[in-house]
Amino acid sequence: MTTLTEAPPKASAVLGEPKKKRNLLPYILLAPGVLWLVIFFLIPIFTAVSASVQTGSLDMGFKVTWNWANYSATFSTYNTEIVHSLIYSVACTVICLVLGYPLAYFIAFRGGKWKNLLMALVIAPAFTSFLIRTIAWETILSDHGTVVRIMTDLRITNLMDHLGLITGNHVLNSPFSVVFGMVYNFLPFTVLPLYTSLEKIDPRLHEAGRDLYCSGYRTWRYVTWPLSLPGVIAGTLLTFIPAVGDYINAYMLGSPNTQVIGQVIENEALRDVFGYPIASAMGVILTFGTLAIVLAYVKKAGSEDLL
Amino acid sequence: MNTLDAVGDLRLTGLTKRFGSFTAVDGLDLSIPQGSFFALLGASGCGKTTTLRMVSGLEDPTAGRIFIGDTEVTTTKPYKRPVNTVFQNYALFPHLNIYDNVAFGLRRRGVKDVKKQVDDILALVELGHLAKRKPTQLSGGQQQRVAVARSLINQPQVLLLDEPLGALDLKLRRQMQIELKRIQTEVGLTFVHVTHDQEEAMTMADTIAVMNAGAIEQLGSPEELYENPATTFVANFLGQSNLVAGTVTGKEDGVVTVEAHGHRVALPAERSRVETGAVIIGVRPEKVQLAASDEEVPAGRNVLTGGVVSDASFIGVSTQYLVKMPWGQELAVFEQNTGKEIFRPGTEVALHWDASQTFGLDGSQDIEAGAEIDDEAAK
Amino acid sequence: MTKTFDWIKAHTLLFVSTLIFIFLIAPNAVMLLFSFNQPANKYNFIWNRFSTNAWKNPCASSDMCSSIKLSVTIAIIAMILSTVLGTMVAFAMMRYRFRGRTFLNVLLFLPMAAPEVTMGITLMTFFFNTTGSNSLGFGTIVIAHVMFSLSYVVVTVKARLAGMDPTLEKAAADLYATPIQTFRRVTLPLVMPGILAAALLSFALSIDDYIITVLTAGNEVTFPMYVYASFQHSVPAQIDVIGSTMLLITLAGITFAQVPQIIKTRKA
Repeated sequence: MTTLTEAPPKASAVLGEPKKKRNLLPYILLAPGVLWLVIFFLIPIFTAVSASVQTGSLDMGFKVTWNWANYSATFSTYNTEIVHSLIYSVACTVICLVLGYPLAYFIAFRGGKWKNLLMALVIAPAFTSFLIRTIAWETILSDHGTVVRIMTDLRITNLMDHLGLITGNHVLNSPFSVVFGMVYNFLPFTVLPLYTSLEKIDPRLHEAGRDLYCSGYRTWRYVTWPLSLPGVIAGTLLTFIPAVGDYINAYMLGSPNTQVIGQVIENEALRDVFGYPIASAMGVILTFGTLAIVLAYVKKAGSEDLL
Repeated sequence: MNTLDAVGDLRLTGLTKRFGSFTAVDGLDLSIPQGSFFALLGASGCGKTTTLRMVSGLEDPTAGRIFIGDTEVTTTKPYKRPVNTVFQNYALFPHLNIYDNVAFGLRRRGVKDVKKQVDDILALVELGHLAKRKPTQLSGGQQQRVAVARSLINQPQVLLLDEPLGALDLKLRRQMQIELKRIQTEVGLTFVHVTHDQEEAMTMADTIAVMNAGAIEQLGSPEELYENPATTFVANFLGQSNLVAGTVTGKEDGVVTVEAHGHRVALPAERSRVETGAVIIGVRPEKVQLAASDEEVPAGRNVLTGGVVSDASFIGVSTQYLVKMPWGQELAVFEQNTGKEIFRPGTEVALHWDASQTFGLDGSQDIEAGAEIDDEAAK
Repeated sequence: MTKTFDWIKAHTLLFVSTLIFIFLIAPNAVMLLFSFNQPANKYNFIWNRFSTNAWKNPCASSDMCSSIKLSVTIAIIAMILSTVLGTMVAFAMMRYRFRGRTFLNVLLFLPMAAPEVTMGITLMTFFFNTTGSNSLGFGTIVIAHVMFSLSYVVVTVKARLAGMDPTLEKAAADLYATPIQTFRRVTLPLVMPGILAAALLSFALSIDDYIITVLTAGNEVTFPMYVYASFQHSVPAQIDVIGSTMLLITLAGITFAQVPQIIKTRKA
């Protein structure tokens, strides 16, 4: 064993990991995707702010006139629609959670080797045109259909009428059918993050819970639920926020009394010659609302779990 | 010079690896002769795996140099070194069958016709009939042999084995130990085996280096390390030792005499690391015999009297005793079950052994070093 | 006692889950069924009588079929672009260190969480202010579709990469593979299923999108736009035919994806 005392080779860095020198490769890989999102997602937020304070018309063009009135106009003119959007989204999110959690739980813990297939079945309907599927509800819930007839016979429609969910025995074109359609469309968005987080839970933790004196319910309450919380929050975010802006369900399954803010934006943007600025204003409000919620979450829980 | 053609002994000089403020490998100097079976033995966290990774090129040293023969490979990329690794988790490519897994290295080096070499190496590890299967269809032991074949086929100057037998059950592990030793003798390549299992190291290696906290405690053949450990760490880590603190009282005619807790102990001078002052006397439990308090102890042996048997475990081959000595220490004695009657707990006994089996260590060392596996790095 | 409770609890879960499954599948079943209907009036909501008319004449309305052609073209281009870009991002995130990870995570998350209508209207203002109000059309639709499907591609490929044994690439380097060879021979084959899944996902997202598309489409008409616009005055059975075709293609795709798995488990 000889001890050679030559100078150390020049490649050795002073400390830490010499291999990870200032590597440009990750930045090259990231650049196109990140640029695409910055240019077509972030920057448009700023152009929308600028657009929201413009006035003009489609024929004559728009100019920035610092017309902040668009913002106050939104809240005064369209406050019913805003309220509708919020109420429907909250109802939809809560119901999706109540329905989606057992489903995700079942697939994660009782699915066994069919897990992947079952999840695929949950997602698969979402892959066919959701417009057409929403239209299908027109058939299922139509007054002449079996479902509504049964509901009328069982006096369920009566009860719903009293609660203000529907009018008469007519299930369609009501707040009920709008939220119903929303739940249908957004359920996979709730189930997927829930499933992802539940699936990661080691089933032996349940056994540990039972071993430590927890009944079935308490095992869930003290072991499973806290561990699934990240999934619950992700699922809630990914359901509530898009739901606020959704209007397909309101359009197809609703009535003039169930208008939501999304419809207003589309109308103002596409059908009102002067409407582009106010549509932008509403878009800006929604965008900053979204940003606020997401950033509040990131502050609390960090950003690593997001994706 | 093309580093892939480097030939010769594997030499590490001043090899150091630091992760921030933590030093994993501290100025290692090592020379491993070509064609030997070398083991790096130590507990987890002692730096052996990091050393291995630096030799393979998967980790860059903070300081120091690595040579194969006269060629320096310190900063050479792993795919340019004539070194191959058998990974702990085998790392077999799941999307390729056994044949393609084994042929992988040859093909990357541009060898066109691989059939004969692959067939030969698969025959060597007795897996020829499984060539078309995928790794997931093989058992643990079979996967392990594929991993070895995949590396061996490239006839590397150095074959690195990173605790390759860890995942196998006992019987299979024993079998593979003999297999690997046989293969190494047959092909004559340099094998560097990293393990925490001292029995494994002693079974397979020609030379063992015991590592602790990034440095080598002792280097030598299994017999040297076992029969004449240089430090308390090696004495405790490799097998078990009875270590008793004492003071050197004299040295005469090649014999060192020591006083320990009122007893007089003698040992050959060449087996003592110190010749004055504080010393730690050591003897392996299987070298010690028990004598009942009324028995005669043969002359010329070291004797420690006044012990009381506190535990007697019948292991089958032997009975393992724990004897509590008057000064509080519990010493271990392994007696072969030759039919002699077993001493019951509570019996008063004297311990005696052949003085030439004693070894003496520097008294300033930690008498417990290497005895327990600690969560924190030893020392 | 607990045994009975457990039985009920275990089966309640099954029961509720089955109900929810039926809920999810019902409209698809109805759509399939009603594609074989001959509606009595302009709306295919009430069963009239069985007929394969719609299947035999899927393009009775030429507008519908040209909108389908447009949607498919856009979906293919958007799929290729977003898959390439998204895969690059996923690799960077999983294999390298770089600065700005939090920013990247949030930037990728937002398009998945934001309401479509905000992305649509802000993009519209972007194009109005940069390339002019006449620029809306095919190009802008593709740009929008790549934008919102990018994040989904990243998530999908990332998940696949995360499941890959990191020692495999080291083993390849140990066995004389240069970084490019390692990528080609080991990494890429193992990630490919994830990339394909991501491609399919972005195709599906693109072909079905309405809200963002309508705001960036200008004068072009995609299939969802056609359905939405014509909803007010007619819903012909042909629409159910198209929907059923999409469903069957998706189901076929899922089945074919499972087949190699089933064969593997049978063989072993």
